[in-house]
Amino acid sequence: MSNNELSINEVLIQAKSLVKRYGDFTAVNGIDFQVRKGESFGFLGPNGAGKSTTMRIIAATLTRTSGEITILGKDPEKSGPEIKAHLGVVPQADNLDQALTVEENLYIYGRYFGLSKKFLKPKIEELLDFAQLVDKRSVKVDALSGGMKRRLTIARALVSEPEILMLDEPTTGLDPQARHILWDRLFRLKEQGVTLLITTHYMDEAEQLCDRLMVMDKGSIMAEDSPVGLIKKYSTKEVLEVRFGSDRNAVVAPQLRELVERIEVLPDRILMYADDGEDLLHQLNQKGLHPLTSLVRRSSLEDVFLRLTGRTLIE
Amino acid sequence: MATRLGSLAIVDINQIKARGALYVAESRILSIRKFLPAVISIAVASPTLYLIAIGLGVGKLINHHSGGVDGVSYLTFLAPALLATAAIQTAMDEVVFTTIQGFKWGKIFYAMNATPLTGRQIADGVFLSAMLRTAFSVIVYGTVIYLFGGITSARGWLAVLVGLLAGAAFGALLLGISAWIKKDDQFFNILGRFIMMPLFLFSGTFYQLSTLPIYLRWVGWLSPIWHSTELGRFMTYGHHISPLMFVVHFTYLFVMLGFGLALAYHQFEARLLK
Repeated sequence: MSNNELSINEVLIQAKSLVKRYGDFTAVNGIDFQVRKGESFGFLGPNGAGKSTTMRIIAATLTRTSGEITILGKDPEKSGPEIKAHLGVVPQADNLDQALTVEENLYIYGRYFGLSKKFLKPKIEELLDFAQLVDKRSVKVDALSGGMKRRLTIARALVSEPEILMLDEPTTGLDPQARHILWDRLFRLKEQGVTLLITTHYMDEAEQLCDRLMVMDKGSIMAEDSPVGLIKKYSTKEVLEVRFGSDRNAVVAPQLRELVERIEVLPDRILMYADDGEDLLHQLNQKGLHPLTSLVRRSSLEDVFLRLTGRTLIE
Repeated sequence: MATRLGSLAIVDINQIKARGALYVAESRILSIRKFLPAVISIAVASPTLYLIAIGLGVGKLINHHSGGVDGVSYLTFLAPALLATAAIQTAMDEVVFTTIQGFKWGKIFYAMNATPLTGRQIADGVFLSAMLRTAFSVIVYGTVIYLFGGITSARGWLAVLVGLLAGAAFGALLLGISAWIKKDDQFFNILGRFIMMPLFLFSGTFYQLSTLPIYLRWVGWLSPIWHSTELGRFMTYGHHISPLMFVVHFTYLFVMLGFGLALAYHQFEARLLK
C-alpha cells in the first residue's frame, strides 16, 4: 500500500510542508511525511539534519514556523497535553530524576500521566523486568551505568503504555553490548505493535529497527523507503572497499573508474560499487592493481547516504 | 510483558488537567523526604539558636538598659521578624534550587514537559511543595517561639500565617526569576549576599525601621520581611499599625505573590517551549 492510499485511521502522524526556522537558519525545510500505526519509522541523517527538531515538533515541545502537522488527528500547538498523553518520549540526553531511585523514577513518571498507585505497582515490576533492572530497583539513578540509564529512560517512557514511542538517538554513547540489549528490547516492543519513531545517525540501528526510513540532510528529505528499498534504489548489491595507501588512492582512482559505474574516494579508502564484489576484486588483480587491503561487503545505508549527499553520515 | 491496554484506555487527560500540579508536588515531596533529617534539624535548630543568642543574650542587655523595645521584651519584639525571615529563607531555598535544578542541572522539568503536564502546572507544583516545606518550617518556628514565651495570645499564632504569606510572596517572585536565569554562576552569591542579607538586616528585624536613617528605609519598604514582621508584631503583641498600613502590608504581599506567579507561569511556559 502506498502512503497516499492510507486510510486516515492508520495514519498517526501526518506532516505537510513542515518548516522550522531559527532566525536565518532553517532547521526543517518544508518536509512531508506520514507515520502509520504499528510501524517503526526512522529519521536517518547526520547531526544537524533536522531530525531532533522534527521530533520535538511532534512531541509538542517546539512550535513550528509554518506548515501543518497532526498527531493522532490533533494539532500539537492547540492540543499539546492531549497529544502528549499518548506519547512516550526518550530524549537524546537522559533526564531522569537523579535524587530518586530507579523504582521511584518509574513511579513518579507514571503519576505525571495521572496513573493510580494500584495500576503502577504491577506496571513497575513489569518495566523493571523489561529493562533488566530488577536488582537495581532501590539504587539511585546516578549509580547506574550509561546503558542502564538508557534502559530506564525507555522503561519510563513506556509506563503509560503510549501509542507512539519516540526515541531520539537511543543508543548514542553506549557500548556495543548495551546497544544490542537495547535493540532487543525495542524489537520486542515493535513485535507488540507499538509505533516507534526513531532518530539515529547509525545506519546499522536504522536497518535493525526501522520498517521505513526518511533520510534527512540540512533540514530536507533526501529519500524515503524501507532500508532494503533505499539500498536497492540508491546502491548496488555489494561494495568493494580497497586501500592503496593514502598517497596512492587518488592516483589509481581513474583506473578504477573504468571498471565500475560508481566509485567513492574517501580520505582513507576507495569504495567500488558492484553486484559481485569478489568478481570485481579479481578484475582488479588481473589489471595489476593490487590493493594493500580489500574487503567485500553488502551495501548499507551509509552507501545510500553517501550517494544522496556526497558525504558520510559520521564525519 | 503483560497485555497492553494502551494509553487511550488508561490515561485520563481531564484528571491530569485537574491534578497535574499535585503530581509535580508529589515528586518534589518524594525528593524532600530524602533529606528530611536535614530539613527537620534546620527547622528546629535555626529558631532555637537565634532566640537563645539574640533573643535571650542580646535581649538581656537591651531589656536591662531600655526596658525592651516597642513596650515588650526584646525576644517578643524580635520573634515575628525571625519567623518572617525563616519563611522567606525556606521558600527561597526550595524554589530557587528546585527551579535551577529542573531547568539546568538535572533538566527534570524537560522530562515533565514530555508528559501531559503544562509549564504552569510544573510551576504550581514546585510552588506548592515549597509552601508545604515553608509551612512546616514556620509552624516549627512558631512552636519554638511559643516555648520561649514569645507568643502570649491566641491571636499570636496568626503570625505563622502572615509569615507563610511572606514566604509565598517572595517564593513566587523567586520562582519567576529562577526560571528566567540561564547562567547560575553568581546567582546564589548575589541572592544570598546582596539580596537576602540586606533584607534581613534592614527590614526592622532587630530594631524598628523608623530607627534607620530615611535614606535606608526604602530597603524595608520593599522587603516582604518588613511587611510581614509589622503584621506579625501586631498579631503577637499588639504592635500599633494604622488601618491604612494594615491594608498596605497585606496588599504589598498579595501583589508580590500575584506578580511572582504570573512571571513564573510565563517563564516556565516560554522556556519549556523553546
